[in-house]
Amino acid sequence: MTDTLKPRDAKDVEGAVQWALAEQKSLEIIGHGSKHAIGRPAQTDLTLDLSSLSGVTLYEPEELVLTARAGTPIADIEALVASKGQQLAFEPMDYGALLGGWPGAGTIGGVLAGNLSGPRRIKAGAARDHFLGLTAVSGRGETFKSGGRVVKNVTGYDLCKLAAGSWGTLAALTEVTIKTLPRPEAEATVAVAGLDDAAAVKAMTAAMGSSCDVSGAAHLPAAVAGTIPLAGAAGAGRALTLLRLEGVAPSVTHRQAALIEIVKPFGEAGIIAEPSSQAVWHAVRDVLPFAASRTGAEQPLWRVSTAPTRGAELARMIAGGTDATWLYDWAGGLLWVSIASIGDDAGAAVVRRAVAACGGHATLVRAPAALRAAVEPFEPMDAGLAALTKRVKEGFDPKGVFNTGRMWAGV
Amino acid sequence: MAVVMPEPDAAVLGRRDRIVAALSAIVPGEGVIASERAMRPYESDGLTAYRALPMVVVLPETTEQVSRVLAYCHREGIKVVPRGAGTSLSGGALPLTDGVLLGMAKFNRIRAIDFDNRVVVAEPGVTNLAVTQAVEHAGFYYAPDPSSQIACTIGGNVAENSGGVHCLKYGMTTNNVLGCELVLMTGEVVRIGGRHLDSGGYDLLGIITGSEGLLGVVTEITVRILKKPETARAVLVGFTRSEDAGDCVSRIIGAGIIPGGMEMMDRPAIHATEEFVHAGYPLDVEALLIVELDGPQAEVDHLIARVETIARECSAVSCKVSKSEQERLLFWAGRKAAFPAVGRISPDYYCMDGTIPRARLPLVLKRIRELSEHYGLRVANVFHAGDGNLHPLILYDANKPGELDKTEEFGAEILKLCVEVGGVLTGEHGVGVEKRDLMPAMFSETDLAHQQRLKCAFDDKGLLNPGKVFPTLHRCAELGRLHVHAGRLAFPDIPRF
Repeated sequence: MTDTLKPRDAKDVEGAVQWALAEQKSLEIIGHGSKHAIGRPAQTDLTLDLSSLSGVTLYEPEELVLTARAGTPIADIEALVASKGQQLAFEPMDYGALLGGWPGAGTIGGVLAGNLSGPRRIKAGAARDHFLGLTAVSGRGETFKSGGRVVKNVTGYDLCKLAAGSWGTLAALTEVTIKTLPRPEAEATVAVAGLDDAAAVKAMTAAMGSSCDVSGAAHLPAAVAGTIPLAGAAGAGRALTLLRLEGVAPSVTHRQAALIEIVKPFGEAGIIAEPSSQAVWHAVRDVLPFAASRTGAEQPLWRVSTAPTRGAELARMIAGGTDATWLYDWAGGLLWVSIASIGDDAGAAVVRRAVAACGGHATLVRAPAALRAAVEPFEPMDAGLAALTKRVKEGFDPKGVFNTGRMWAGV
Repeated sequence: MAVVMPEPDAAVLGRRDRIVAALSAIVPGEGVIASERAMRPYESDGLTAYRALPMVVVLPETTEQVSRVLAYCHREGIKVVPRGAGTSLSGGALPLTDGVLLGMAKFNRIRAIDFDNRVVVAEPGVTNLAVTQAVEHAGFYYAPDPSSQIACTIGGNVAENSGGVHCLKYGMTTNNVLGCELVLMTGEVVRIGGRHLDSGGYDLLGIITGSEGLLGVVTEITVRILKKPETARAVLVGFTRSEDAGDCVSRIIGAGIIPGGMEMMDRPAIHATEEFVHAGYPLDVEALLIVELDGPQAEVDHLIARVETIARECSAVSCKVSKSEQERLLFWAGRKAAFPAVGRISPDYYCMDGTIPRARLPLVLKRIRELSEHYGLRVANVFHAGDGNLHPLILYDANKPGELDKTEEFGAEILKLCVEVGGVLTGEHGVGVEKRDLMPAMFSETDLAHQQRLKCAFDDKGLLNPGKVFPTLHRCAELGRLHVHAGRLAFPDIPRF
């Protein structure tokens, strides 16, 4: 267990980083530590625990904005906005079940640093698209801000985008502003049973190419469909293709009928109504079929983003080289691939080859620490992009104080 | 010109003939323009108050040519200003007298249309509208729709992170771009993103979008396209008090409705546009709201009824729902012609672009009226009401001595006011040269240094579009210096476990 610094406020964070710089110490930034096991194992001297920087400092539902200290629990924020009939439209996923932690853990800072989104990503955008402003301490021990508290802003470089998905390697977020949006009044899921992967991707493509405004499109192959409690759905033992509709009730009813017609050529469609619909999408969002409680916390799991129409092909290539099971989100563009045989590389060679052929990127989000040290968990880059990435890192954190090596060696 | 540009490099200007010859070897034929007369059309962009003749204009046709031009300029220490269609309203494409103006107009092909993955791959010189036109036969469209969409290019949209009236629901450029090919100042070509979502590493695409041509030159762009909504209808609502209009906007959003577009105009803007296009706007109101709902018929009908109810509750004095597509377009015709309409009632106008928290609108409008009286200049306000993006149009006459200076001073006061009430300097037009010197009103030196170090990661010699966005130019070596404050820390106060 490494030593932990627990700043009380943003000023303390600045002090801690300046101290680390002077003492040539490196820091691992954590909120609740709920995603600590993602990336290359930490090689830092101390932990910088930001969980005391907690609390919503501004929430104006009618302006669609919320500002919170970075260590504010994401669960608190979701409960607060829900109380005003709103939500975080990017539907942040919860890694708790996959990594064997508590459901509902994690902070808003962690959600943004990991750019965590859910099934609604295909319609509403990712965390990065809802990240409006930040205050942070860079690896230079200086507090800086970017963005603002309004939804439309092009003043200066959009450093929020850069912070989103940087996994704490550039700066320690101290306060963030995000966009909030109205929560849909109603939802329903159109489900088609028994499709193979290729047909499912075609059905999802047809749905996404319609005016039905689909807000979630997932496919659970037969091997995983049975693990999701469906409360009355007709899919028992068969693959299940799920298409979510959200909005005002008359609209959902109307689109539901239209969507059933659109997917008819692929197979008979049924409806999963509320509240089962919410339960199903919660399971897809948090990838419950591959939860640690089901597969074990050491079973390698890859998260792969590709062009939706290449999803099925990519899964086939991986299955050809290793013992894998998988499911699709984002209309085929997001694959969660569980590798049954750890081997000496957690399937890395096979996955990387498939991604190189189909395009996109893959992250090994779960594997024993030794494997995460041995294979590159994040998508390797070509020399030019790697050098550019390193220069970006050095601009913010020239001495490598923050989470260095978490994404790639030296970054 | 109020803004001071970087000192021209006499050594570079002294080598002009040799530079023109070298560039002509890279881009043969008519791709290099060096005569003063032929360069004249490039001397300014949409911010016409600022003009400068570039040293030379280069119009490359291939990524390889862009790469070689930039590598040459990097080696020789020559500044480069990229340009799309030149519609920037902030002077983003203002040439430098000792710089190459790199026009991307010849990159005008659509490279791929992929309906199944819902993306279009386009060259940067393709116009915004042409992307929609290429896919509308299949019922698709590209969502961001800046007013200049008939002329402005996708490359320029990426540089400026352009918006439009549909931003609130469909996002700005940054929310609709999936990938790009980028040439760095060194000539190095990098590919970022593709037809998939999000980045496997740092979100460089998110940084490049809105970087105003300071980080690299984009040579290919992959954008997301959307299926057209089944239908769209608009409501035209008039108010005798702008406070009521602002309240109505808040209550519509508070009711959980995100309209496809929600625009507000004040009395001078209403009168100017009505005289120009006869859209049927009421003339006896202080504020006019256009609320557009789009989606399936059932949804639009349902929401229109709710918006009407909210409008009545907010003391609307008139409320008209479009009964046909023709009428909907007529409602918009006035708003879309607001700038030229104002141009008809004044010799010149200056368009501002701040964003404010919407609740501060009545206060901001009141202060703008006071400033208007103080400066003796009329103002018409158009407002992307849903997202708080305010476009005050200051009416002036450039032929009256001192009036442009007064106008710029007035404009700066408005933007500082936006920041003061919690808003920002620019919502969609960019900083460019126009708001460059106002950046310290919003950002500290430390904030700006963190942005400039990012620039150094892409362009270590500061050759790409210098003099834009940042009020002070610093050398990268100077910015990179680290000040370690050893020994004077409050560290013992921090709980340590």
